[in-house]
Amino acid sequence: MSIFRTLSTKPWVAERGYVSDSHGFRLPTAKVFLSVFLGVVTAVFGLLTAAYFIRMAYADWQALPVPALLWLNTAILILSSIALQWARVAAGREHADGVRRGLLAGGALAFAFLVGQFLVWRQLGSLGYFVDSNPSNSFFYLITGLHGVHLLGGLVAWFRASIRLWRGAEVAKIHMSVELCAMYWHFLLVVWLVMFGLLLVT
Amino acid sequence: MALTDATHDAQDFVPAAEVEEVELYHPKTWLGKYVFSQDAKIIALQYSITAMAVGLLALVLSVLMRIQLAWPGAVSFITPDAYLQFVTMHGMIMVIYLLTALFLGGFGNYLIPLMLGARDMVFPYVNMISYWIYLFAVLLLLASFFTPGGPTGSGWTLYPPQAILPGTPGASWGITLMVISLAFFVIGFTMGGLNYVVTVLQARTRGMTLMRMPLTIWAIFTATILALLAFPALLVSAIMMSLDNLLGTSYFMPAIVSLGQQLDHSGGSPVLFQHLFWFFGHPEVYIVALPAFGIVSDLLSVHARKNIFGYRLMVWAIVVIGGLSFIVWAHHMYVSGMNPYFGFFFATTTLIIAVPTAIKVYNWVLTLWRGNIRLTVPMLFAIGFVFTFINGGLTGIFLGNVIVDVPLSDTYFVVAHFHMVMAVSPILAVFGAVYHWYPKITGRMLNEGLGKFHFWVTFVGLYCLYYPMHYLGILGVPRRYFSNVGANGLPDWIPESAQFVNIWISIAAITVASVQLLFLYNLYRSATHGKPAGGNPWGATTLEWQTSDTPPTHGNFGKELPSVYRWAYDFSVPGAEEDFIPQNVPASKNTGQAS
Repeated sequence: MSIFRTLSTKPWVAERGYVSDSHGFRLPTAKVFLSVFLGVVTAVFGLLTAAYFIRMAYADWQALPVPALLWLNTAILILSSIALQWARVAAGREHADGVRRGLLAGGALAFAFLVGQFLVWRQLGSLGYFVDSNPSNSFFYLITGLHGVHLLGGLVAWFRASIRLWRGAEVAKIHMSVELCAMYWHFLLVVWLVMFGLLLVT
Repeated sequence: MALTDATHDAQDFVPAAEVEEVELYHPKTWLGKYVFSQDAKIIALQYSITAMAVGLLALVLSVLMRIQLAWPGAVSFITPDAYLQFVTMHGMIMVIYLLTALFLGGFGNYLIPLMLGARDMVFPYVNMISYWIYLFAVLLLLASFFTPGGPTGSGWTLYPPQAILPGTPGASWGITLMVISLAFFVIGFTMGGLNYVVTVLQARTRGMTLMRMPLTIWAIFTATILALLAFPALLVSAIMMSLDNLLGTSYFMPAIVSLGQQLDHSGGSPVLFQHLFWFFGHPEVYIVALPAFGIVSDLLSVHARKNIFGYRLMVWAIVVIGGLSFIVWAHHMYVSGMNPYFGFFFATTTLIIAVPTAIKVYNWVLTLWRGNIRLTVPMLFAIGFVFTFINGGLTGIFLGNVIVDVPLSDTYFVVAHFHMVMAVSPILAVFGAVYHWYPKITGRMLNEGLGKFHFWVTFVGLYCLYYPMHYLGILGVPRRYFSNVGANGLPDWIPESAQFVNIWISIAAITVASVQLLFLYNLYRSATHGKPAGGNPWGATTLEWQTSDTPPTHGNFGKELPSVYRWAYDFSVPGAEEDFIPQNVPASKNTGQAS
């Protein structure tokens, strides 16, 4: 493992003080930045999951019925992720039309997902499942809300990349933005699948 | 990662920095240069000045508390409610808005790019936003002083249910603003923290391997990772608490009768909040302690003209302490009625932390051993830190044990312990660091006479202040109590001697607090009237002292970034011309034998 090798070098012996000929990691800085950020977001949802399990053990917990619409939303989010992956591959091939189609479809589907989630909230509300009715409801609204906010943040990045593309930026220039968007989308998809699974099994 | 043995023999040529040149943002207006600056050094100063200003307020609050404890009723506006509000705001400001912001936002921003040979942080714009969100969080916090009911008085731990019940001061506006301010602080910090971590990973100059980084950077790097992973717990609990407070959910709120009224909440778990809070709260201790460890390591080495003893072990200890800090949180909750096996587990992990910590202390002492010690002001503060940290650490071993903690919990013993270990020690390191790096930041030295006076009064005063507190705690005097005296003005349920100790402590506290004004005066006056420092007044090896300009300009280094050929601790190398060899001096120029 290179991390142990790194940590066991003896810097005071100059002969052993290795100098890396690439400096730092080979990964692009923006990608490292996003990866560390995803670690932080993982901590947020991980802690929410832990709190969910602890709170669930109390007597007043009543499981929330799962609205059928959530399945549709999940499918839409998967499609959205696929579309952005498509854009990412097209960007790698410098295929501008493919990037355009992929970005547009991915963004539209993500937006549709958010509308769908909002409709789920409306549905639950009309059935009398309010945020304060039961802790399971509180957690559902909190988790879907936080997930939605993160997706909204992603849409801001998506919007900026799209604007640049439509204003005529070369594909190579926005390649990294598209790649980061796709990475972020896949991450949020995984988070959503875990959270949805949590809702289904409890 | 491909590694080449670049300095295999002394004649080997290491090419100049191949680091990609970053495009710096060059502001044209005064506002863009000094206010909305993207230069990490300016952002560092903005962070530091804001943190110190709000810290000064927290210091005044502590003086007010001490006046009340020693001379009850002497100041009319210190009511029981106000006292609790002062306790809360003092704690919260000092821990989060002063120490965290100062160590990571202040020293992190200033030192990471300079010590690593980088032009700036990797994302300067995000870095700038980080400061402005922090400032907004501070303003929200201060705004709570001017709301109906005032700031929250629930203690800095904000435990529900009492934090949001009507009987607690600031239960409506105060607590709402507090949790919103904390949420903004976390968001702002995350933006800065991502920058610090990624800058360390990505922007080191050529030759600056991880194991050649100064310990200050290792410590700030690790502390930032802790903060990035721990602050989400604060964010999550702050959001859930707000929902309980504003929307009537029951994450934390149990069924409760308050002022004769059955509230709508039911079934919530206050202990769940405690778990979430301390999952943040304990790493927080190390978020402020680790940077102090790193800074003190560098100060001791520079001012003793000797390489740090056991560099690798110091790095490993930092990493191990960081890891352990995530599995000890429940030692703050021994009295919450949790499963005794939990208590056993957390007592064990807590005491294990003593091992890496003791390694660090031994290494500091062994660094001093037979060193060419120069008792400069930074050195005095660094040695003061080691003393104080040992004292605070030893009482930590007491409190880490369940059976000792239970009777001492909520007494002044705990107050004395955590002030010694995470208030006084880090602040001594901060002072040492300020005296050490001020010449680089302003180009002028701080006044040494004033500095020594500041050190001795602070150091001796703090011991007069906190040693007797241990005694009060063992006597059983509870913390957070507004008053220990009866209606006749005499102590009615603590011995008279304990009240005398209280007066003594208050006098010491007021003395220590007032001498800090002298320090601020020194900072202000020396900026224009101090002795010119030159580029490297301490004869230090790290890169920030090798810049072409002092203070360093935007972009930090001249045309070319420095290349690093050695570690940061080549002091008193046998046979070398001077008693230090800067990190950017090639091996071929070295006359010593060790490199």
